[in-house]
Amino acid sequence: MSVQLSYKDGVLTARLSGEIDHHAAREMREAIDDTAQKVKPTCLRLDFTQVPFMDSSGIGLILGRVRLLQFWKGRVVLTGLSPHLGKMVELSGIGTLASIERRAG
Amino acid sequence: MKPVNQMQVSFSSHSVNESFGRAAVAAFLAQLDPTVADLTDMKTAVSEAVTNAIVHGYKDKLGTVYITAKLFENGKAVVRVRDKGCGIPDIQQAMEPLFTTGGEERAGLGFAVMQSFCDSVRVTSTVGKGTSVTLTKYFALKE
Repeated sequence: MSVQLSYKDGVLTARLSGEIDHHAAREMREAIDDTAQKVKPTCLRLDFTQVPFMDSSGIGLILGRVRLLQFWKGRVVLTGLSPHLGKMVELSGIGTLASIERRAG
Repeated sequence: MKPVNQMQVSFSSHSVNESFGRAAVAAFLAQLDPTVADLTDMKTAVSEAVTNAIVHGYKDKLGTVYITAKLFENGKAVVRVRDKGCGIPDIQQAMEPLFTTGGEERAGLGFAVMQSFCDSVRVTSTVGKGTSVTLTKYFALKE
């Protein structure tokens, strides 16, 4: 499975794995939204540690989740971004809509 | 200038083939011994172009996506992604950041990514005939 979900204290964490493109994003979106709509988390953490590659479909995936979480005033946090993913995120300007958690190492 | 090496590949416009398209180009470019960053940049640009062909070019039908890649002596790589799909009525508008006809889940950043990750992007399109995107990038040659 390309998405592993865990929920604790209002925080839904989605650990994404594999390359994210238009094809892969669909399955990830469905898996996340299914659970997010049920638990309505105050925070959705998208963990990209296991994502070696992402094109702009990944930005679309993040944007869509930001919009979803806005329905109940939840926020989206991005974590585990590699330099390549960081470059995509920076180019998109999505940092104004989702917070980026930088991890040491 | 004549290319020193070239390849061609074509595949059906199933979205599952998006990863095949960019991986094929990346494998071909590996002979330049590129930096990971340069190779990932080109791979990303190709992924955007292939996705456009599949999502927009062949929006309502299945077709074939054609990729050619050419390498030149000076480290220049030229990758062309072509479809015989619906074509783009207004290329300038299509290339504007955030413009999309792809719905809520599309960021509208495809061309912005191609332009930012390549040295040049050239688009030609004819409505009803198809679209061709030519991506050029100069790779540093290692000695």
